[in-house]
Amino acid sequence: MSTDVTAEGGHGAIPTGPEVPVAPKPAVTRRDWPLYEVFVRGKRGLNHVHVGSLHAPDDEMAVHAARDVYTRRNEGVSIWVVKAADITASSPDEKDPMFAPSGDKVYRHPTFYEIPENVPHM
Amino acid sequence: MSAPTLERPAPDETALQQRFDATIAADRRIEPRDWMPEGYRRTLVRQIAQHAHSEIIGMQPEGDWLLAAPSLRRKAILLAKVQDEAGHGMYLYSAAETLGADRADLTDKLIESKQKYSSIFNYPTLTYADVGVIGWLVDGAAICNQVPLCRSSYGPYARAMIRICKEESFHQRQGYELLMTMMRGTPAQRAMVQDAVDRWWWPSLMMFGPPDDDSPNSAQSMAWGIKRHSNDELRQRYVDMSVPQAQFLGVTLPDPDLRFDEESGHWRFGAIDWEEFKRVVSGHGPANAERLRRRRAARDDNAWVTEAATAYAAKHAGTAAGSAA
Repeated sequence: MSTDVTAEGGHGAIPTGPEVPVAPKPAVTRRDWPLYEVFVRGKRGLNHVHVGSLHAPDDEMAVHAARDVYTRRNEGVSIWVVKAADITASSPDEKDPMFAPSGDKVYRHPTFYEIPENVPHM
Repeated sequence: MSAPTLERPAPDETALQQRFDATIAADRRIEPRDWMPEGYRRTLVRQIAQHAHSEIIGMQPEGDWLLAAPSLRRKAILLAKVQDEAGHGMYLYSAAETLGADRADLTDKLIESKQKYSSIFNYPTLTYADVGVIGWLVDGAAICNQVPLCRSSYGPYARAMIRICKEESFHQRQGYELLMTMMRGTPAQRAMVQDAVDRWWWPSLMMFGPPDDDSPNSAQSMAWGIKRHSNDELRQRYVDMSVPQAQFLGVTLPDPDLRFDEESGHWRFGAIDWEEFKRVVSGHGPANAERLRRRRAARDDNAWVTEAATAYAAKHAGTAAGSAA
């Protein structure tokens, strides 16, 4: 899809083509340092979760800054940083047709199936 | 730039507004890439930026005591607290950036006095008891203000506030513990605590902003779910929480009109000097000039660090690209 994409602080790269209802257009950042999105794994066994963003001159400094900003109290055992401009996102619209295919497939959920109550362990 | 390949009709503003209103009415969160009314975006940028500025400027009054802390224990605690304030500022600038604001631009606006910060930080910290009172009263007021903001309608702001509120609790408790320690000390130490309470009590009540009938932006902010309670409502809640804490501590709050109203169950307090509030907000408090001078110096004197890091990153990127070729 050839549409303009820009990094919107904190939430990754987003399409900004004329078809996207975003008002107003995000300001073009005048910082030299790129925006990084920060993901933290809270503890072993959990996924990395997005916690926020920061600006840093390079990847390594971004990890160090992320440690200081987002994990001052043992909030994490692992950090990912990724340049916001490198993230590709779906359209912001909640009613995006992209998610329509899963909307009418109730049979994918266990509650779709009626099983008599006296069947054990189901 | 190529023409978009998708031909879609221009979004209908009325439909977008309706969807926005429905999201707010259902108490669901607005996320950065949703359409939002221009006024909502402007209000949020203003509020979040000023909140962020307050955290950053708020490092100064207490930072003044870092090199004069009475013990290593107190110094480590104060250092952690001041570092937290910096972190809170960063969470909030990050949230403001999701609305299209630029962090460096916001900092410039602060330094040029085009955006404000909380008036409380324009008062000086005269003794170490001020560190305790700031933790107890100022951070206590901040908690009252901030807890409802954890349910603010704008997702990134609400999420930043949740992180901040978790950390504010440490701020308040270390302050109260410091004051309890001083109150168990010498008469001079107890007098120091009372003096600090006398100076900070009224400014802390002003932190909730002007009274409801003189708060022009409040009604719209409440309708948008950015604010959840009125200024006066939160101020009353704060007074009700603080009075028993003062009694336990053994200090007197400097308000001859303070009395318990049996009927309503609330502590009634005297008139706030709003003239002082306006004076301090508009730049004529005891420390306004010093706070901004130091923030400007931090930006300008440390610019070489930023430049050096940028140069290193550029050189490093060049080397990596060269070796890959």
